[in-house]
Parts: sequence; C-alpha cells; structure tokens
Amino acid sequence: MAINGQHFRHTGDPDLPLLWYLRDVLRLTGCKYGCDDRSCGACSVLVGGKLKRACALSMTDVADQGITTVEGLADSDGTLHPVQQAWIAEDAILCGYCQSGQIMAAVDLLARKPKPSDADIDGIPNLCRCGSYPRIRRAIHRAALAMQGKAK
Amino acid sequence: MTRAHDAGRRRFLKVFGTATGALVVGLPALAWTPDELLGQNLIVLDPYLRIEPDGTTVIGARDPEVGQGIRTAESRIVAEELDADWNKVVVAPLDLGVTDVGGEPHWTYGHQIASGSTSIPAAWNDLRIVGAGARELLLRAAAEHWKANVDNLRTLRGEVIAADGRKLGYGELAEAASRLKPDPKRPALKTPSQYLLIGQDAGDVDARDIVTGRQRFAIDNWFGDVLVAVIARCPYPGGKLAHVDDAAALKVKGVEKVMTIPPPDPARPLGTQPLAAGVAVLAQDTWSALQGAAKLDIQWQPGPTAAVGDGALAERASTALLGEPTKAVRTDGDFAETDKHAHYHFKAEYRIATVAHADLEPPSALVKVDSQRAVIVAPVQNPRATFDTVRRLTGLAPDRIEVKLPRTGGGFGRFLETDYVAEAVMLAKAAGKPIKLIWTRADAFAHDTYRPFSVHHLQACADSKRNLTGWTHRIASTSRLAGREPRERWWLSEMHPDDLPAGLVDNLQYAWYALDSALPRGSYRASSHAVNAFATECFIDEVAHGLKQDALQFRLALLGEPRKLAYRGHGGPVLDTGRLAWVLQLAADAIGWQKHETSTHGFGLACHFTFGGYVAHGVDISMEGRKLTIHKVVCAADLGRVVNPLGARAALVGATLDAFSTALRQRITVRDGRIVQSGFTDYPLATMAEMPNDVQVILVPSEERPTGGFDMGFPSAAPALANAIYGGTTARVRQLPIWPELLRLL
Repeated sequence: MAINGQHFRHTGDPDLPLLWYLRDVLRLTGCKYGCDDRSCGACSVLVGGKLKRACALSMTDVADQGITTVEGLADSDGTLHPVQQAWIAEDAILCGYCQSGQIMAAVDLLARKPKPSDADIDGIPNLCRCGSYPRIRRAIHRAALAMQGKAK
Repeated sequence: MTRAHDAGRRRFLKVFGTATGALVVGLPALAWTPDELLGQNLIVLDPYLRIEPDGTTVIGARDPEVGQGIRTAESRIVAEELDADWNKVVVAPLDLGVTDVGGEPHWTYGHQIASGSTSIPAAWNDLRIVGAGARELLLRAAAEHWKANVDNLRTLRGEVIAADGRKLGYGELAEAASRLKPDPKRPALKTPSQYLLIGQDAGDVDARDIVTGRQRFAIDNWFGDVLVAVIARCPYPGGKLAHVDDAAALKVKGVEKVMTIPPPDPARPLGTQPLAAGVAVLAQDTWSALQGAAKLDIQWQPGPTAAVGDGALAERASTALLGEPTKAVRTDGDFAETDKHAHYHFKAEYRIATVAHADLEPPSALVKVDSQRAVIVAPVQNPRATFDTVRRLTGLAPDRIEVKLPRTGGGFGRFLETDYVAEAVMLAKAAGKPIKLIWTRADAFAHDTYRPFSVHHLQACADSKRNLTGWTHRIASTSRLAGREPRERWWLSEMHPDDLPAGLVDNLQYAWYALDSALPRGSYRASSHAVNAFATECFIDEVAHGLKQDALQFRLALLGEPRKLAYRGHGGPVLDTGRLAWVLQLAADAIGWQKHETSTHGFGLACHFTFGGYVAHGVDISMEGRKLTIHKVVCAADLGRVVNPLGARAALVGATLDAFSTALRQRITVRDGRIVQSGFTDYPLATMAEMPNDVQVILVPSEERPTGGFDMGFPSAAPALANAIYGGTTARVRQLPIWPELLRLL
C-alpha cells in the first residue's frame, strides 16, 4: 500500500487494524486512538480518497490502497494544506487531540462539497470534548474560500 | 552529550537573585532542557528562559498543557516582560522541576499543576519577574558594551536601543548578559500601558505541530524495547481476582507475559494507587496486547461494598437529608423563624448525576524504571503527585525521577490522579522492561474518578414586598474527598460557605450531608461549583418566577449595590457583587433579554463566581416537539486582565459547550454493581450538529489581576440553558442530565 506517497509492505497479521499499523509500526501518531466503536473519529484517514476510520480497517482491507494521514496533507516543501492553514488561522486547537481527525474530515467534506453550508458541516460526526466546534466551523468556511480562490 | 554542553551549562548554575524562592536556579538548569534543543553556544539565563546567539528565545513552559492554552499564555507573560520578539520565541515544555535536598524533593520551578485555573495567577506572580530580570541583564550588558548609562537605554522586541538609535539584538548580548551577576533587587515590571503582548491575541504555540500531526501527545511517545500493556480490571469496586486462565492470551502472537495487579489498599489514598485489581497482558505491540487481554478468561470476586447507581444514592440522600447534617457549613440569622412569618415559600429538590471525565485522550503511561532512574511520560495534570507515586513505588532519590509533561488530550481533573502511572510503574518494575500502558475507551469509562452524585434541597422565603428574606441549601453528596481525607474534611470539596447567595440574604443556611458510595470520585472541571451553581441558579429562577418578578431584575436586586463580600475559598479573598452584576447585565443585553416575554423562544440567564472569575451566560432556545434548538448563547466574563484573549475565548466557548454537552445527556449508571457505559455510544458527547454554531463571548476589560479562565465558563452555562428551557416550555428541569428529565416532563 502507499501511505502519504511512500510504499510499504506489511507481512504481519492481516487483521491488524490500520490504526495500530500507523501508530505502532510507522509512528504516524497524528492518527489518534480515541474509542473502540468508530464513534469519535480521532483516527480519521483517507483511504482511496474516501474518509475512513483507521480503527475499523484491517490491513487486508487497505491492501494496495493509497492512504493519506494528517502527516501527508502538507506539500513536500512544508507548505500546509489550506485546511491546515485555516485551522491555524482560526486557532481551532484547544487540547488538539481530535483535531487531526477533524482536519481529515474537513478535507474530505471540501473535496465533496467545495462550498459547504453549515448543515453540511454539521454532518461531520467527529467528537470534540473541549468544545472547539465553532472554531472548526469557521476554519472549514475559511478553507473553502481559500481553496476556491486557488482553483480559479 | 558532549563535554562542551556540560561546561556550557555549568557556567549558569547560579542563583537568579531577583527570584522568589520558587525561582532559584540550581541543578535543574541541567535537567530541564530537552537535549535536542541544546546548542553548542548555549546561553542560559534562567531555567525558564534561554536566549541563543541568533536571538532565538526559548521559553520553558512549566505547567502541564491539557488544552487550556497555558503554554501560550505563560510564555507570553515571560516574553512581555523580557520585551522579546515573539517571532523568535520557541516554547519548550519543562519537566517537573525537582532536586534532591537532603533526600527530600525540592521543587525548583514553582507552580506546576493544571488545576482550578491557578496557573495564570501563579505565573503573574513570578514569571513576570523572570522576563523582567533577564531584560535587566540584557540592558546592563548593552550598557557595558557601549559604555553607556543603562538608564538611557530601552528595549523593544528583542533589541536594546541606545539613545542615539544604535541597536543590539538580545542574541548578541546574551552571552555577556549571562556573565553578569543578577541584581538582588526585584526588577522593575512594565506598566500595563507598555504591554505589547499581554492583552493581544496569540494562537496556540503548538498549533502547527498539531495540524500536521507532529505534536506528540502523552500517548504518542515511545522508548526503545518497550512492552505494551493492556489491563483487564476488576469491574467491581474493591473486588479482587478469583480466577484467571491466561492460556489463550499467551498464545496470541506477540504476547510475552501476563501479570497481576493487586487490589487497591483501602488504607492508602485513592488516586495514588491503581483504582482496581487487574490482570495485565504485556506484548510487543498494542494490537497483540489488546487481543491478549480480550482472550483472558477471568472471574472477579466483588468487593465488600457494591457500587450502586444514582437511583439508590438518591434514596439514601432522602434519608440522610431528614437527619442532622454532617457539617453545618454556614448559618446566618434564623431561617426557620423567618420562614414561619414569610408570605411566600419555595422548595425544590435538584439532583445531579454521576458523570465521567471522558477526556478524548484516554489514560496511558510510558514508564522506564531501573535501579538508577525512573522516566515517566503520561498525561499529567499534577506532576508532584505523579512524582510522589513514582517515588513511593521505586524508592528512588528525588533527582532520579523524571516526570515529563507532554501535551495531553484534555484533563478536566482525570489526570490529577496517578492510578494509571502506578500501574505502569508496578508492571515495569516486575517485568524489568519499559512499559507503555494503554487504557481502552471502555477502561476509561469503567475506571474513573467520577464527579460526585448529589441531591440538593433548596428552600427560600420572601416577605410581603417580595424581598427574599430566607434561603437554605442542603446538599447530600458523595464527596470526592472520601477515600482521600478524614471524614470531617469531606464537605470542603462539596460546598463553599461564601458562595452566593450567602451574604445577600439575611437568614441563610448551608448544610452538607455525607453520602457513601463505593465508586471512586475525583475532581471534575470547576468541581462542585458546576453542580451547586446549577441548583442555585435554577432555583433563583424559580423563585423569581414564583414572585412574578423579572429574573434579571430579581438577580440584580439581590446582588444589590456593588460591594465586596468576604470570600474565603479559592478565588477570594473577596467577591465583588458589582463585577458579577455587570457580566450578568452584559449577557442579558446581548442575548436580547428585553424581548424574553414576547418571544416564542425561551431565554435563560445564570451567573456564578468561580475561582476568582465572574461569568454570566445568556441562552436563547426553542423547542419544537422533541427537538431542542439552541439559537444563541452569550458568555460574558470578567477574568481580570486577560493575558491572551484568543485563548480565553477558546476556553470560555469550550467550557460553555462542554457544560451543555455534559448537562444534556451524560450520566454514568450502574447495573449489577458495575458501570454500564463503555463508549461514546452510550455516553454521548455532543456533536457539532447538536451545538450552537457559535457562542458570543464578551470579555470585560479589566485592570484587575488575571484569574486564568479555563474553568470559569463552565458553571453558569448549564443553569442558563435549563432556565431557557423553562422559558420556552414551562418545564422546570431539576436534574442533570437535562434531556431524559425534560422528555419525562414534556
């Protein structure tokens, strides 16, 4: 499989969840452990361009797929993805633990809906205990504007 | 580590003469700096501060970062008095600062705890001096260089500027400055009109690392050669292992060992030892450990006292409240006599559910222990408590214990405890290998130091002119100090004698009644302020409605002329009624209170004084059938001088939404002696869709000392919401969580 553009071959347990492969083997710890029932979204990653929970996918599920984690969003020259830039601009942080998952969910939403409404944003089910939702919402709107500007 | 490093550092082992006792520089100047930050030409002015020849200014952040923004705020305080160029500031988290003085720990960095919004007031006391003292050294170094009078020099954004316009960067001066002997006088501090950073917005210093996934939270750290541990814990409080068959677990590839953890010692304080007996599976990686733990075949023997749920506790409370109080907390005048002759009488019972912390980052602990040293990387809100636990379990000398303070995904009181650290240290010692202990989400729900359950009996009376003349508040609760402190102190965490309306009503009684519970309890955001403010602020609303008075005017009349009341608890020594009335008025104006009687929406207000901060909430809701819509929320806050308004707003908005989320649906229940909830599915955190799009924050400009602000936005939010629900539905919800009770009433 390809993770953030780099190729990896997994020869161990085919049932190993992608979450623990990313965290334990590759040390891509931006992918967070938060729950066991897909409810929190802290481990959100893109698999084949689709938003997925890394905790709910086995290595077999992702064989030969292209995977993007939060570590792979920025350009190789360090230029941040517009969503990452928007998160910093809106200071959508608080404890920060859920934010990599929130950012992946936002990247996915903006790929599907370049001009998301508040209702579209409400469709993001990722949990935040600290109450950063209003800043996440503003960051998504900001990123949408920035990405439209870029697309023109 | 090279010799040059050692020599370079040793030069700076000197006392920073202007410092308070907490700021004495000693050996910790060696210990605090992460190795990767050390340069060959290291210039140390102070453990909190290092200025490199290129002007890079490394500021050590001493308090644990759990999402309250302390790393940013406290380094802004140092940078302000240093007159640093913020663009050249790098913030580095400090470890717990400890040296060995005659075998006992000596704390070298002063305040190091994330609890009760105390970090900013502490930083205000001593970290300003750090920056100012360093600035003074840099000025003197420049004066020597130019052979100029120091009084003719000034500083601005990382440079010393001479009267004729010549400039020297701090980096160029740092080495010379470090050779100067600090002036033993306390350095002069800036006047507020000189502030360039304090009072201005600053984004979180870790933001870039967080959005790129590079930030290492506690759970993201590793040592080489660790075994990952997952523990199956006894679900019954005080219970023990009856039988375990670990054959299947040991067959899982990667599993190396199965070990047991003994039940907690009832004689030892809660929070300093494991919360439960357990069977630990140690494996080469997390997945193997998880699978191994799932394959354990265990029988547990319940403890002597079964855990019971809130329903059974409520029955006990009813009985307890009929008897004598465990503690008469405050008695002013004579309530009974006043009530007898009063024209209006009010009475209500409020009930507050047991809740769990539900930090998004679960407990974990990475521990390396040998005969020489212990290194701990864990979510830690109280580093000294962590240190104490490690010291007790290892017997190591104080300077042999390193407690790292990684950024942590929430705190809210859970990580004031050290039970999970104790587990990891016990396993590391027994296994002879470093341990990375992981708690699952289900573990975190089943084994928490829950927020106490409480029942509140409130009574009030008013004279014929509808003036409030009497008030009683009697609380029966499962004190969080039980299991930690002697019984006669249990009330201290549960009821504050000077909380309002004490001091506003002539005949007033506060009383507390002990409730026993086998479930462990602990600190939870804003502690009893959150639950007591719910009962008090909702009941005031009831009384206002009962007296046919406007809830805002009633509250303002009760607060009366602005004056300072004595406040003995945390946040005192005084409570200024005028400051509370002002935030209440601001919140009411901004929410559109004047239209509350004519609108189809429900409007609610509440205010509370928490840890020195004055906060009021206004909430505007509507109910259509069973759908609650929160249209608008205002949070008005007077937190004294605000160091970082952007951070304070994040904290106030966050606390408001966290309070709503907790108040609406969250509760821990018990079935057959064990906790029912195991994840966010049966313990729902509010989603983005359920929460208002924004919270309008009004920060009162203030010259008063800063109070910090992480907890303050929590207590008044839920009662304002419940009062708004009453306004919109006439359903008076007297319980937390609100939602199930509201559905019952509708």
